[in-house]
Amino acid sequence: MTRHIELVVRPIIDSNPITLQILGICSALAVTTSLSTALTMCAALTVVLMFANGIISLIRNHIPPAIRLIIQITIVASLVIVIDQILRAYAFELSQRLSIFVGLIVTNCIVLGRIEAFAMRNAVWPSVLDGLGNGIGYSVILATVASIRELLGTGTLLGYTILTTVRDGGWFEPLGFMLLAPSAFFIIGLLIWLVRSLKPSQIEQSEFRDLAQGKEMRS
Amino acid sequence: MADLNPITWWRHMLSLPNTSPAKTLIVALLVALTCGTAVSVTAIMLRPLQQKHHERERQARMQELLKSLPGMKDLIDDAGEVTLQCVLVELATGAIIEVADPLSFDQRAEAADPRANFDIPASADIAGIGKRSRRAPAYLMRWNGKLKRIILPVRGSGYQSMLYGYLALEGDLVTVAGLTFYAQAETPGLGTRIQEPAWQNLWPGSKIADDQGNLRIEVVRGKGTRPYQVDGISGATRTGTGVTNLLRFWLGDYGFGPFLKQLEIGKIDP
Repeated sequence: MTRHIELVVRPIIDSNPITLQILGICSALAVTTSLSTALTMCAALTVVLMFANGIISLIRNHIPPAIRLIIQITIVASLVIVIDQILRAYAFELSQRLSIFVGLIVTNCIVLGRIEAFAMRNAVWPSVLDGLGNGIGYSVILATVASIRELLGTGTLLGYTILTTVRDGGWFEPLGFMLLAPSAFFIIGLLIWLVRSLKPSQIEQSEFRDLAQGKEMRS
Repeated sequence: MADLNPITWWRHMLSLPNTSPAKTLIVALLVALTCGTAVSVTAIMLRPLQQKHHERERQARMQELLKSLPGMKDLIDDAGEVTLQCVLVELATGAIIEVADPLSFDQRAEAADPRANFDIPASADIAGIGKRSRRAPAYLMRWNGKLKRIILPVRGSGYQSMLYGYLALEGDLVTVAGLTFYAQAETPGLGTRIQEPAWQNLWPGSKIADDQGNLRIEVVRGKGTRPYQVDGISGATRTGTGVTNLLRFWLGDYGFGPFLKQLEIGKIDP
């Protein structure tokens, strides 16, 4: 039981897919200009991750090694199409703003990374929990970045005005830079710095020694 | 092979080594089949809902066009005097068909329905659409009871996609009041500029025909010099040609031509 809880909790900070594994950065930059798109993307990714992990784990003993990756991608892609269709039907406005990024979940390294690293070797239930945990870990970072960007970039959160901008007669001058993709890089960088200052165990050794000692490499 | 019991067969298949070609093929087939079914079932089941959203988007564009027409804002402020009416036109004769709810008519569905659509003769099909619906909606705007504007749905091939839009004519049925496109997939940054207000604003005031009544409206390369010429977009010549052709088609004999003629001679006053 504790092991199950740990599966969900560990990826939130200790082995967070974004800040520790540095995966899924592309979508983290693209959808975090506002909190509502980020939350939708998080929900979509978490659902895909849980189902993909569960399904792959279910058939893991019968996946021929020759077509292993093709099967994984086919299953993930189908899940993504289904989610995309559901969003288009029930959240049309949001799906237009997320545009291609839901479709690009297929190429999100987190999904394939978790399938390869976890679901191929573990039973169904732990795999689903691992998917949930990593989804939450991704969501925590995305929600944080999106809150900072939306608040400082437009003075609103989820569309509600928090800081009244100068244009509306308030005092707050919005930082246009926050709405551009590079700002997400800086915020994620600062977050990684913060997490690693609090948890020095996450600090990696230098690349040179890593290679010399033959430790695992990151993609 | 003699044993045809599917359960034993299934067990036998599962017990094959994962590296065997037979199992590889079977697993690939099963995965493809399952995933394909899941995707198609969702797509088909959710299509009506998605279409409703697209329909709403189309309606919103329509409203936008109405509001963006020059002078329209003053008219709307003058509410009560202005009426907007949707009618269903039988394209071949130009007659108005009485139906309960013309707004709910789905032109695209009829154009796609082999029992209801009309094969355009190849020589007349300048817009490159192949088949069109036999009926089409038209929107009539009146001010103090006088026909002020008429809005017609148009579509046709551009450079690499189908262009969908609305053409608005002034009450004289010759002067363009506006042209807008709500769906297209032309080259980004070039052909897609037909959706930009900067280009759409070139249209109001241009004429669809010369003084003799010949259909002359045209998107030209560079700057237009005649009232019926509209400046083209550099690098999007073929999109411009597509726009020219689709306008000439829909204003011509196989499009709304008969309807416009009937309106002009006052034979029908919807």
